[in-house]
Parts: sequence; C-alpha cells; structure tokens
Amino acid sequence: MRLRLGLAVLGALLLGAVAAPWVQAWLGHDPFTPDLFNRFAAPSADHPLGTDDLGRDILLRLLFGARVSLAVAFAVALGATGLGTAIGLLAAWAGGWTEAVLMRLADGLLALPALPLLVVLAAVDTGRLGLPRGEALSDIIRIAAILVAFGWVGVARLARAAALTQLSLDYVAAARVAGASEARVLFRHVLPNIAGPIAVATALSVAGAILAESTLSFLGLGIQPPAPSWGNMLSTAQEMVFSAPLAAVWPGLAILLAVAGCTLVADGVRQRVG
Amino acid sequence: MLRLVLGRLVQIAVTLVLVSAATWLAMGLMPGDPIDLALMSDPQLTAADAARLRALHGLDQPLRARYLAWAAAVLRGEFGHSRLFAVPAAQVLWPALGSTLVLLGWSLLLAAGLGVLLGAWGAVRRGAALAVDGIAILAQSTPTFWLGILLVILFAVQLGWLPAGGTAEAAGAVEAARFLLLPVATLAIVNLAAYARHSMAALQAELGADYIRTARMKGLSERAVLWRHAFPNAAIPVVTVLALDAGGLVSGALVTETIFARPGMGKLIYDAIMGNDYNLALLALLLAALVTMLATLAADIAQRLIDPRLSR
Repeated sequence: MRLRLGLAVLGALLLGAVAAPWVQAWLGHDPFTPDLFNRFAAPSADHPLGTDDLGRDILLRLLFGARVSLAVAFAVALGATGLGTAIGLLAAWAGGWTEAVLMRLADGLLALPALPLLVVLAAVDTGRLGLPRGEALSDIIRIAAILVAFGWVGVARLARAAALTQLSLDYVAAARVAGASEARVLFRHVLPNIAGPIAVATALSVAGAILAESTLSFLGLGIQPPAPSWGNMLSTAQEMVFSAPLAAVWPGLAILLAVAGCTLVADGVRQRVG
Repeated sequence: MLRLVLGRLVQIAVTLVLVSAATWLAMGLMPGDPIDLALMSDPQLTAADAARLRALHGLDQPLRARYLAWAAAVLRGEFGHSRLFAVPAAQVLWPALGSTLVLLGWSLLLAAGLGVLLGAWGAVRRGAALAVDGIAILAQSTPTFWLGILLVILFAVQLGWLPAGGTAEAAGAVEAARFLLLPVATLAIVNLAAYARHSMAALQAELGADYIRTARMKGLSERAVLWRHAFPNAAIPVVTVLALDAGGLVSGALVTETIFARPGMGKLIYDAIMGNDYNLALLALLLAALVTMLATLAADIAQRLIDPRLSR
C-alpha cells in the first residue's frame, strides 16, 4: 500500500519532468525568457499557475525544475548506493581495522551537522579545480558529488549490518567449502540477500538528497539561476511574499511530494522485507 | 561508562582536526582571498602592492603552512579577528551560540513534547495510528525553509500578528517571545515527526507486554498504565532520536536563522562563508560541530542512565 502510493507519487513527478517540453509546446511560451509586461500574472488558461517576478510561467518552471531536482536525486541514488554498498560490504567482510576505521568514519560523518558542511563544500569554486563552472549540468554534477559524500553513510551502515548477518549463515560457509571465491560469495550470494535493506537506505538517502539540494539551491549555493530548480524558485519567491504569496506554495509542495514519495517507498520496502 | 566518555572524547578531537583541515582546504578553493577584496575596494592598489600585502599577511605561503600556523594559534587560545564584523572572532561567536541554544532548546522541548503526545495518542486510540503516521511523514518531508516562508506569509504578511524576522529591539520577555515564536514553531514542526513515530512504535510494543496486563488487572486507570508504567520504558527511543539527530537540529537552525534573520550560529556560518570571512566561518563551524558532538554524547550518557541494560 505504502510502496504503491510512494511509487505513484514519484511516478507522477517523473512523468511531469519527462513531459515538460510537450507541456511547453502546448502552452506555447518559453519558461526561460523574461516577459516583463506579464509579471505576477494571476492563474489563467494561458498560465495555469500564474507567472513569476520576471513574467515566466510558473508551471513550466516547476516541470523543468523537476528535471533538475530529479536528476540530482537519481545521481545521488546511484552514487550513494554504489559507494555505500561497497564500503558496507568491505567493512563486514574484512573486519578488524578496516571495519573499525570505515565505521568510525561513518559515525563521525553522521554526528556532524551536515548542512553547514554542505554549505562550505558547495561554496568551493570548481573553476579552481580545473572543472567547468556555471552551467546547469556542471551544477548538477557538483551538487550530486557533494551529497554523495554524505549520503553513502546510511547505506553503508545498513549494508554492513545486513551483510554481517548473512556472512554468519551456513549457506555462506557451504559456498566457501564448495570452492566459491570470496568475490563470488560476496556478489553472488550475499549481495542479493541484502538488497532489501539497501533499497530502504537508498530511498531514505534520496529523500535526504532532494531536501539538501533544494536547501542549498534556496541558499544560493546549489543550482544557479536562470536554470530552474525547486529550491532556487523558492528563494525568489521568498523575496516576493508581499506581491506574490502563492508563488511560494508550488515549489515547496513539489519538494514535499518528492520527499514524502521516497519516505513512503522506504517504509513500504521495509514492511515487505522486514 | 568512563571508557565510553574517554573514547568518544578522543573521537571528537580527531573529528575536529579532520573537519578543520578539510574546511581549510575547501576555503582555499573558494573564490577570492582577502587581498582580492581589498583590491576591489581600493582601485589605486597595483599588482606589486597586492603581492606585498599577500606576503605581509602570509597569504603567499602554501595552504598547509597556513593551516599549521592557524592551528598553532588556536591551540594557544588566539582565535583571530572576524573580517565581516571587524572585532575579535570570539566576541561574535558566544552571543550567536547563546541565541542558537535558546532557539534549539525551545523547539526541542516543543517537538519532543508534542511528538510524544501524538505518539501516545496513536498508540492508544484505535485508528489513530494511521493519522499519526500520515502527519509524521508529512512533517518529515516538509522542507524547513518552505515551512518558514509559509508561516511568514500567513502570520506576518497576511495576518500581521507576528514579526517576519529579526530580533527584539525592546526589552522584555513578551517582546522576545514574539520574535521567537515563528522560528521555534518552524523547527518544532519539522522535528516532531521523528519523536511521534518512535514513541508510537515503542508505546505500541510496551502496551502489549505482560506487565501492562498485570497493571490493568490491579485496577489501575488507563492513564496510570500509560504514563506510569508504559511510558518510562518507551522513553528510551525518544532519547535515542535526540542522540542521533543533534546534527539535524543544527542544520535546521542554519536554515531557520537565515530565513528569520536571527543572529545565531547557523546564520553566522552562512554569512561568514558568503562574506569571505573565512576565519570566523571556520571557528563557527568547529564550534557548531563540537556542540553537536557533545550533545550526542550527553544523550548517549542519558540513555545509559535510563536503561542500565545498555551499559553492559
């Protein structure tokens, strides 16, 4: 039930992101070009949710913003799951010092206030590292990389705990006796059996990533305008609470739905496997 | 217990060193150093002047040498100056910490109190569990900054009951409370979800236990059974949430303070980074990390005091 509801919410958002260009063609205006004669237009057939401070269509910007926010979320899901699973498996399999160092690192990251550190990392000028800067794509990669640096922790902890349980079971010993290599034991035997907890941790880390990305973009450190993201739309909306209070409602609602969708998926998967 | 505390203190020290080094490196990669800013404000300066200024302030040294010099000074108790406020950094840090602790204290109290009440309601009343779960998921998924903006629009712009931000100019508890109300409400609502969910799950588990049946058989009222018998046992997860989420609270404070223009640690860190005040930013960041980790440690100790089973 929860899983279905969560997947439905996420699916609807994904559909909106994919359909953005068609909606644009249908409504017939460009969400990136300012139209200063049409600022703060009330909702109408032409602009279903009205226009913003530069006369751009809010619905279209929401849909194109969904592409950015979901792209970041997807990148973080891939990165955090890959890195977290690898570290969790390694810690559970190696034990000893390797495990102690990796898990203390995870504990340390978890105990720190994440957002102030994210602000520091996001303020780094990627140009000084020889990377491109200022384009929408490089912003997405930059923010996703920073979020993966914090997002792997939850996945690694759950993956390690689950892998420890599996490694102590008889079937692992049987596989070893039968001559399976350690890599085969880990990836063919253990990994499929810990997929459930990893899926839960991934869904939660994606929820965290969507919140963190929107917060950084809101603070002016994430996705830079003119590229729309739900976070930076809210930051312009905050400056216009007097002239266009409704403009602040929609992007936040979109973030809320995306995060709640991920949380529901995590809950649902946990109920099924646990 | 002593082992836990000592081990944790070592871990905190190591973490602080790592965080300061990483932050120093990140700041070396941020756009513009103090001399660039001086150049912008004084067009008369030549390139040779700039080089001389850099040498004078040691900015021509490699990052590592500058970090070691800074660390040595901090260990001697010299915290340096804030570029943004033009006063010794410590003079800015302590009042900001106080302001943040007031904000966090009230919101924590409200979040834990309301969260536990909500959790108890969900555990006792048939059918309420789903409602509590729904409320918790919604509250947990709400971006802190969005909730802040919505509260400002409703209570400051539309109704005009409360100030949209800033701090009290006039003295008095009522005036201070007026400015505190919206930020505290924002943080409390976002944070109460975890308390509600965890206390509900714990109470549901406890209420099915044998000792609860015994208590009911003695003829105790449902209220006494719930609060005197079940709740003390179910209180442990509430403290666990506290222990796990001290970092989340500080993160929430950064956003809340920025939206409501409250001069606390979070806004200080943000303003210092945006204003190239790297010395202040680094110190504020380390202080926030230290306070967070000490709070986590305190919650862990409290947990062991409530539940002696954990110390074994």
